[in-house]
Amino acid sequence: MNRARTYVTIALMVGALGAALSAQKVQITGAGATFPFPIYSKWFSEYNKKNPNVEINYQSLGSGAGIRQLSSQTVFFGATDGPMTDEQLQSAPGRILHFPTVLGGVVPIYNIPGLNTELKFTGPVLANIFLGAITKWNDPQIAKINPGVNLPATDITVVHRAESSGTTYIFVDYLAKVSPEWKKKIGVATSVNWPAGTVGGKGNEGVSGLVSQTPGAIGYVELIYAIQNKISYGSVQNMNGKFVKASTDTVTAAAAAAAKQMPADFRVSITNAPGDNAYPISSFTWLLFYETPKDKGQAKVMVEFLKWALTEGQKFAPDLGYAPLPKDVVDLEMKAIPKIKLG
Amino acid sequence: MKNSRFSARPDEVFFRVGTGAFALLLIVIVGGIAFELGRQSSLSIAKFGWQFWQTDVWDPVADQFGARPFIWGTLYSSILALLISTPIALGIAIFISELAPQWLRKPLVFVTELLAAVPSIVYGLWGIFILVPVVRQLQLNTPAWLKSTPFFSGPPLGVGMLSAAIVLSIMVIPFTSSVAREVLKAVPQAQREGAYALGATRWEAIRMALFYARTGIVGAIMLGFGRALGETMAVTMVIGNSPQISLSLFSPQYTMAAVLANEFAEAAGDLYLSALVNIGLVLFVMTLIINTLSRLLIWSMARQKRPRLRRAALSEAGQAA
Amino acid sequence: MMRDRWRRGLSHAVLIFSGASVVLALIPLALILFYVITRGVGALNLDFFRNMPAPVGEPGGGMANAIVGSLIVTGLGSLFAIPIGVIAGVYAAEYRGTRFSSATRFAADTLNGVPSIVIGVFAYGIAVLPFKHFSALAGGLALGIMMIPLIMRTTEELLLLVPNTLREGALALGATRARAVFTVVLPAALPGIVTGILLALARIAGETAPLIFTSFNNRYFSTNVTQPISTLTVQVFTYAITAYEDWHRQAWAGALVLVTIVSLCSVLARMATARMERLHRGA
Repeated sequence: MNRARTYVTIALMVGALGAALSAQKVQITGAGATFPFPIYSKWFSEYNKKNPNVEINYQSLGSGAGIRQLSSQTVFFGATDGPMTDEQLQSAPGRILHFPTVLGGVVPIYNIPGLNTELKFTGPVLANIFLGAITKWNDPQIAKINPGVNLPATDITVVHRAESSGTTYIFVDYLAKVSPEWKKKIGVATSVNWPAGTVGGKGNEGVSGLVSQTPGAIGYVELIYAIQNKISYGSVQNMNGKFVKASTDTVTAAAAAAAKQMPADFRVSITNAPGDNAYPISSFTWLLFYETPKDKGQAKVMVEFLKWALTEGQKFAPDLGYAPLPKDVVDLEMKAIPKIKLG
Repeated sequence: MKNSRFSARPDEVFFRVGTGAFALLLIVIVGGIAFELGRQSSLSIAKFGWQFWQTDVWDPVADQFGARPFIWGTLYSSILALLISTPIALGIAIFISELAPQWLRKPLVFVTELLAAVPSIVYGLWGIFILVPVVRQLQLNTPAWLKSTPFFSGPPLGVGMLSAAIVLSIMVIPFTSSVAREVLKAVPQAQREGAYALGATRWEAIRMALFYARTGIVGAIMLGFGRALGETMAVTMVIGNSPQISLSLFSPQYTMAAVLANEFAEAAGDLYLSALVNIGLVLFVMTLIINTLSRLLIWSMARQKRPRLRRAALSEAGQAA
Repeated sequence: MMRDRWRRGLSHAVLIFSGASVVLALIPLALILFYVITRGVGALNLDFFRNMPAPVGEPGGGMANAIVGSLIVTGLGSLFAIPIGVIAGVYAAEYRGTRFSSATRFAADTLNGVPSIVIGVFAYGIAVLPFKHFSALAGGLALGIMMIPLIMRTTEELLLLVPNTLREGALALGATRARAVFTVVLPAALPGIVTGILLALARIAGETAPLIFTSFNNRYFSTNVTQPISTLTVQVFTYAITAYEDWHRQAWAGALVLVTIVSLCSVLARMATARMERLHRGA
């Protein structure tokens, strides 16, 4: 009789303890890209409203820093605008999985006082401007694609990102695809050796600030900065020959084509994507998780969150200037989520 | 003060060892930083060696790294900031400690230190949105004959060495001025009264106080200089971040602290990271060199007797007689 | 006679110059403060001081956690830096001329020139990496390291200016060395030392880079020093680099609160020192 009572008491205590533990707060830390910070903070906040015991703490350190912190295991998950390279994956202590979350577009912004028509750019023209081969706004190469536009003889001041950034990566990734000279001379990285005479602005804000204050300047920023700061940005010619202006629709269109050839690990570049309505300077942004995470409790929570973000979360994207994922990509990801080992 | 002056009394020994331990801790921290800097730049040192100090190319894609443009930018901007800020800072220190009426002192002290309380990112944002357009206007209105000199050449961008030097000097002024002020206040009143008794003007008495406190004043200037060398955020927002060596105040340039802060977060690749830490090491070594030079300066100043004042006093005595 | 006129003229010129310097320094200060106040005061409301950060577009976001976090991290830094800075400064002043004191002075001046990001990375290497998580303690360590040189050098320079008669008098009265220095000499130099401490505080209060890799940031309220913590500078920086007007205004408000807190500390510390001085002198 006594023994039975003891067993029941113990069982009740364990049950109570278990219940108490599961009602405990789960605090998860993540770091990475600055570009998706606004949408991620919206997501974490909305998710926290639905699940008050889940506190996900994300700080934008930069894509590279996020990758490094994840490899050093000081954070649970990472976020990056540019997929990890093979070397980075090799040097991580465990297998890391990529999951695209939203899309972004990089636009060419410019400041030409008195101009009230929108400019068109082609890939090679943009590359030549940023290489320093085109130095004045009324250069015949620019005039040819903008017939009838009154281009002034002002010098072009090229503004780029001073610090390493995913935005730069996306932009030069595109330039390397459309200009063999760019690919050979400058190359693709989060930070490159820009030609002399160019100016570096700090952050997307720095670049838009510099461009909006310097007549004749050209730069590149994430779409949302051009919209919020009300700076003119041009349309870019895509692979199908159409001049497309960046918007959440055209950026999503760029990803739709990629869905058909999506690699299993989701590491893909979608710049210069095919499709009439595709915006050529678009990119995914990814969340990074270990395949075999150490903390199973946190892993379970993040997996549930990820499922929510890829489905419910997408509706918050356009208001903040992000393009939602095309349905095909979401389907592929939902199938890949079970790869994260929770057991 | 020589070593033999200190007795071997037990409380003396206890005091010396006790306080010395804290001094040792400081040295250990600095040594630790130097060690870490050296260790993490070993890859870069192995590949580039001394060439690192002499090459101009900074190419993360081709893995070619050279620090010379950054060394130039750091030295140029810090020295300019020092030249602009030191007279103003000393002027403020003199005013508050010697000339201001009693009721004005505390508010002025408060206001000077308010400058130090402003976060560097605010300086950067103010710089880029308020100062840079003003500098641009200045550049547009520079007369052509000035523009042809190497100091004022280049397109009117606004961002560049001049904007950076101005922002840096504003940031440095409160540090130099506060320490100089405190040092001047601590000069015994007797020194000044002696000078006045000899018929000195206000300025001559102040000069006497400055001389008395000269090592402290130089220390204050060095603190300001160190501040300028290490400032990152505000500088990178207004200097243009272009690794080029140029005498022109209007040209965008780049400093070591700025490139380190800008590229460290994203740097992938071991050689890239190592080259960045190498820049940190270069800055560290430069600070060591500058410190050594200023030590020599202080040492030579400390040995100076008072030739000028003696001459002045003699000439006064001669005139009175 | 001519020489007298020249000397008087020079004296007047210097007086005018030093007054002009004050005005010259006040101009950028006024401009900057005006800039911060006009941009930030609009976002200062009760919510700002009570609430946690909210996503873009949601009203009622605040920086309560950042304000508390900044106080905690700065407090930790001060706890670390003030004893080390002051006592190392005491050593360097009292044993001036020895090689060890020269080495200490040299080390402090060198440390002063190290960029904040290098110190942040150093603190990351010793306080974050081995423990595999960010913490307020690591942030305090980074800030503390930055404070030490300013405190140490100011303490040293001011102690050197205390006349030797004070030291000798105390020792002649039979005080131990430690007692002589800490109860007689140090209090004589106290106002200057407090200036050094306040300068150091002002210096680190506005730093972002060393905190990003050490105390990280925290969207939620936390006072746990072994966990990431939010700070005003990092939060301001995070908001300032986004594109949204709403967040920009909050960033400016944060900067304004930061400047106000530092100035308040400065005023309070000075008042406390003045009171101590009065008591000291009265006794």
